[in-house]
Amino acid sequence: MKSVAVIGASLAGLSAARALRAQGFDGELTIVGGEGRRPYDRPPLSKEFLAGDVGEDVLALEADDDDLNAEWLLGVHATRLDAAAGAVQLDNGTTVRTDGIVVATGARARSWPASARLAGVHVLRTVDDALALRHDLRPGARVVVIGAGFIGGEVASTATKLGLHVTVVEAALAPLAGPLGVQLGAAVARLHTEHGTRLLCGAPVAGLLGTDRVTGVELADGRRIAADVVVVGIGAVPNLEWLRDSAIELANGVVCDAGGATSVPNVVAVGDCAAWHEPSVGWPHRVEHWTGAMERPAIAVATLLAGGRHNGTPAKPPYFWSDQYGCRIQFAGIAHPGDETTFEVGSLRDASFLAVYRREGQPVAVLGVDQPKLFTRWRRHLTAVPVPA
Amino acid sequence: MLEICPLAALPRGEARRVEADPPIAVFHTDDGEVFAVDDTCTHQDASLADGWLEGCEIECPLHASRFDLRTGAVDAPPAKLPVRTHEVVIVDGVINVVLDDAPPNLPPGVTTRAAGEAAL
Repeated sequence: MKSVAVIGASLAGLSAARALRAQGFDGELTIVGGEGRRPYDRPPLSKEFLAGDVGEDVLALEADDDDLNAEWLLGVHATRLDAAAGAVQLDNGTTVRTDGIVVATGARARSWPASARLAGVHVLRTVDDALALRHDLRPGARVVVIGAGFIGGEVASTATKLGLHVTVVEAALAPLAGPLGVQLGAAVARLHTEHGTRLLCGAPVAGLLGTDRVTGVELADGRRIAADVVVVGIGAVPNLEWLRDSAIELANGVVCDAGGATSVPNVVAVGDCAAWHEPSVGWPHRVEHWTGAMERPAIAVATLLAGGRHNGTPAKPPYFWSDQYGCRIQFAGIAHPGDETTFEVGSLRDASFLAVYRREGQPVAVLGVDQPKLFTRWRRHLTAVPVPA
Repeated sequence: MLEICPLAALPRGEARRVEADPPIAVFHTDDGEVFAVDDTCTHQDASLADGWLEGCEIECPLHASRFDLRTGAVDAPPAKLPVRTHEVVIVDGVINVVLDDAPPNLPPGVTTRAAGEAAL
């Protein structure tokens, strides 16, 4: 393999480029990034960066002495892949010719339908999004956050800390009910309410109010909540459009085996756009967490350089952390509604606890709130037990 | 020199956070060596004493960068800077730490109390 193009220049793309060099690839390396910025770290965008506590310089993912000897094409998007010809078309009219391809085009924030022209409505994914939102978080502003997931929870925490009036509306019965389950999501619910954020669960949104500028949110039950700023945190959509007429199998993400190989030779996929085969659930599973974007590219690159053969190194279980209201929430593994949960330390009523999810008696996931040391120990002992059919 | 605790009070494989300015972490490795470094990861505010100790390396509990306790060197991102190391002296079975006078590599947003007061 004489040349590799990494399509995507965020954490997963950068990690793939680093892994290529670390694993001895000394050929031509091209990195294509849509945002026009050097790789930067997104987690602070909803926390310290949104609060204005740290500047853009702190977000840089590259170190001063990083030398990947790569050609960077920033501010351009891939528009089409012809894998058989080894050609990636870009929206500046040029084509990158390459032997190997790492797909790392990530995901974009899901926006509220037809809200593009409504001022005061925000999503949060990029530095520009964060700057625009920060500009609107003015003293006295009434903020409604739609969705109590990671982005929603952290934005609410930051905005509350800035002294704003914040309401979070969540369609599910608890925050983070998807990954944590409703019972343990309730612990996160308490964090919101104890810190002065108003939280409405089981409250789907019917629509946004206002003509030029948003004035509020209308819930499905008819209630209206006045708002000067609305933050939409309802998940992310993988950036797959450029692959639609390639031969690559796509589902909710780029379908990959457990080593990151796609259905097409010499193409691997990493990061938020990739759905790797997940042994514990038995099908491709898209992991949108930072740690996966950081760690999995080394496996995928090894697969790519070995001609598509996974060397057997398993991906670590999904892991995420979230900092909300000064509390550190950490979760690892994949929980399933039937799993048994036990508290190893504390209980739902405590500010700090550690809960373990078990399937067939084996620990499959762990949740810690302000329990970093114990969490790390449990995280290392998770096992991949198939979800019962 | 800062007195920490009797060596016998810190079992092998364990770590202790010490409220110095900035806080330091003291580790007793499985091989019986004792090391001290600044407790705060150089990337973000996380306590290395809460991390995973393996051999002479401590893995940050938050983002899994590993620091070599002998040199402070970091193995992989997200941390980019080494963690400051301190000399450990065992006196009559008691762990003591000689605080290094080099500037610490604290993460953005974290300052020493002394620096915080100087800025006021």
